[in-house]
Amino acid sequence: MIAETGLAALWLATALAALQFVLMVVALRTEVAVGRAMRSIAVVQGALTLLSFAMLLLVFARSDMSVALVFENSHSAKPFIYKVAGAWGNHEGSMLLWVTVLSVAGACLGLLSRRTSERTVVAALGSQAALALGFYAFLLIASNPFARLDPAPAEGRGLNPLLQDPGLAFHPPTLYLGYVGLSVAFSLAVGALLTGQVDSRLARAMRPWVLGAWIFLTLGSTGGSYWAYYELGWGGWWFWDPVENASLMPWLAATALLHSISVLAARGALKAWTMMLAVIAFSMSMVGTFLVRSGVLTSVHAFAIDPERGTFLLALLAIYVGAAFTLFALRGATLKEGAPFELISRETGLVINNLLLSVVLGIVFLGTLYPLFVEAVSGEKLSVGAPYFNSVAGPLALVLTGLVGIGPLLAWRREQRPVLKRLTVPALLGATALVMTIILAPGIGILPRLGLTLAAYLAAASILPLIGRNPLRAPLATWGMVVAHFGLAIALAGMAANAAFTSERLAVVKPGETLSVGPWLVQLQGVTPAAGKNWTAIEGELRATRGEGPVTLKPQTRYFSDPPTETNEAAIDTFWNGQLYTVIGKPDPWGGWQVRLWWKPFVTLIWVGGALVALGGALAFLGHVWLRRRRERQWRRELYA
Amino acid sequence: MKPKNQRLVLVAAAIAAVLLAVLLAMWGLRDRASYFYTPADIVAGKAAQGQAVRLGGMVEKGSVQRQKDGVTIRFRVTDGQAQTLVTYRGIVPDLFREGSGVVTEGRLEQGTFVADTILAKHDERYMPPELGNLAAEHKAGKTLER
Repeated sequence: MIAETGLAALWLATALAALQFVLMVVALRTEVAVGRAMRSIAVVQGALTLLSFAMLLLVFARSDMSVALVFENSHSAKPFIYKVAGAWGNHEGSMLLWVTVLSVAGACLGLLSRRTSERTVVAALGSQAALALGFYAFLLIASNPFARLDPAPAEGRGLNPLLQDPGLAFHPPTLYLGYVGLSVAFSLAVGALLTGQVDSRLARAMRPWVLGAWIFLTLGSTGGSYWAYYELGWGGWWFWDPVENASLMPWLAATALLHSISVLAARGALKAWTMMLAVIAFSMSMVGTFLVRSGVLTSVHAFAIDPERGTFLLALLAIYVGAAFTLFALRGATLKEGAPFELISRETGLVINNLLLSVVLGIVFLGTLYPLFVEAVSGEKLSVGAPYFNSVAGPLALVLTGLVGIGPLLAWRREQRPVLKRLTVPALLGATALVMTIILAPGIGILPRLGLTLAAYLAAASILPLIGRNPLRAPLATWGMVVAHFGLAIALAGMAANAAFTSERLAVVKPGETLSVGPWLVQLQGVTPAAGKNWTAIEGELRATRGEGPVTLKPQTRYFSDPPTETNEAAIDTFWNGQLYTVIGKPDPWGGWQVRLWWKPFVTLIWVGGALVALGGALAFLGHVWLRRRRERQWRRELYA
Repeated sequence: MKPKNQRLVLVAAAIAAVLLAVLLAMWGLRDRASYFYTPADIVAGKAAQGQAVRLGGMVEKGSVQRQKDGVTIRFRVTDGQAQTLVTYRGIVPDLFREGSGVVTEGRLEQGTFVADTILAKHDERYMPPELGNLAAEHKAGKTLER
């Protein structure tokens, strides 16, 4: 009954979405006021998909093997949290989560948007319904998560052990909140293009959605990067895997959108450009979903090869992106010109930010899709990896980081003060860092060296907007910007330090023998068996010293029986100035064990920086929402006075 | 700047940015994309010496040998028609085993494929798409066209 309830809720939601879409068409052609009806429908639709998703969680929690999806992706001996997380650790479940987020976002749009023009909201709700309809159809026709098996098997097949990790329990939901949160920006843009009401009011309505989605995308990518780092046991934090790019592309687009929205909100300029970015940002989310969910790419996350699903998703992508761009082409040119600005102004700074982010996005996009394109055209197979992305996108990203320090210092419309003078201290810091790396580490690569230089410069430059005023009286949004830009500097420092200073050791050692890596002496104490709820393991005990007291690390190789798999569980110890990363491999016939060690100075800064960027986003979000509320209250008071 | 001109300048800048992205990407892709080969391609001399490529196939049963240093292994990759000898220094990934699919990244040096990375990171049911076709074609008894 539970699975059937879930399926029925999904069908009902589909019917409501169709109704919601029809109402939008009616409302735009006539003057019938359907706003309230549409809002209620959107809310009920959101509640129905939530119910459907809750039913899926329930069948997974109860290990109901008569549901095909549970049978294929779960096992009764799994720890409870992974039983529940297993609900979205597979194709159908994660698509249901995707759709749930989509329609709940639509419901929130219906509930929360009061200050936007009613016609735009109606059109946006219609667009949101159109999006939901396609993905409901995808679920119901090509990926039904509630299909039953008869007779019910006694035991499930289990979940890929790589995915049995606390990180995985939270990673996809976080990322999906970001991916799909952008759908609201898309729908608001489509709605505003339909009604022609592209103005700063729209930008202010759109901003919390973009900020919210962007925070989750930032957290999702940062967390995903850390998951890959410790779970895969390869010591790397970003592999330019197509699946990683699938989350990076919406992030880049959303970052650009976030900055252009602030121009539209504050100055009423960059109208067409912002609408286009809003369309592109969610299009990138859909491209990402297509890449991950269709299985067209070789990658950890590509679960299976299923042309039916791939074609379906591609058709949805083509319809939505095609329709949005057609609308943009028809209406974009009719938008009124925005407020003018001079060459040296905050607006120009943000335009340059947008252009550079777009170029980086284009490079990542082309590099990610190029292998697909070549294979489709010539049948030849090739892959594009780190050498391409690092050397083509890397320098541009560094230029962008350099400019991040300048942009926030510029005034809106026209800047007449000598701004570069204020950057003296940051520039000196950067120069000092450059000289120090040349003296202390002459052998490192050019990109890491420039990265360290720019990180030192930006860390100082990012704080400047708070200097020369009372920082406590600065708006929360300004604080958010400062924290996010500072976080960028911190993350860059971590990336550059990791690339420049990592030391690695790989050897076979017998118990009692010692290896050195970086400043550390690491001794293999012994190797013992270990066991967990659904795995057995061999566990190495490593004792590491560097002058100060010893630390013990216990890397494992785990053996899972359902399905039969091995995984390396790296043991990582974090210190203020870096991480010691250890992996144990296979034994040799003479009693030795493969041991792989890394000393990674300041690598943690990468994720600390990412977290700071997200925190900055959260501060800005609170700042904007709070400011809006206060204005709203004031406006009401004036109205009744 | 007049609003009209401003819009023109912005459009021009956007077009320039798109062109820049495409040009940079094409320049980068020309010599930084690594091609995927099977042992039959290697035997046919398709991969140049020292060029970064990917090699995929099945790990031949009984071919995995550990070298004296304990951390280097040698094994043969086969596609049913030809074999290529591969050496790899490092801890092999979790799902690397004889008789199952493997994709390695590296370069050809004097007839031996020196692998930097082994990408057997998938679950036991997983087959890389490149090999998926290969296995299907193999089953159908077709010869590989490439």
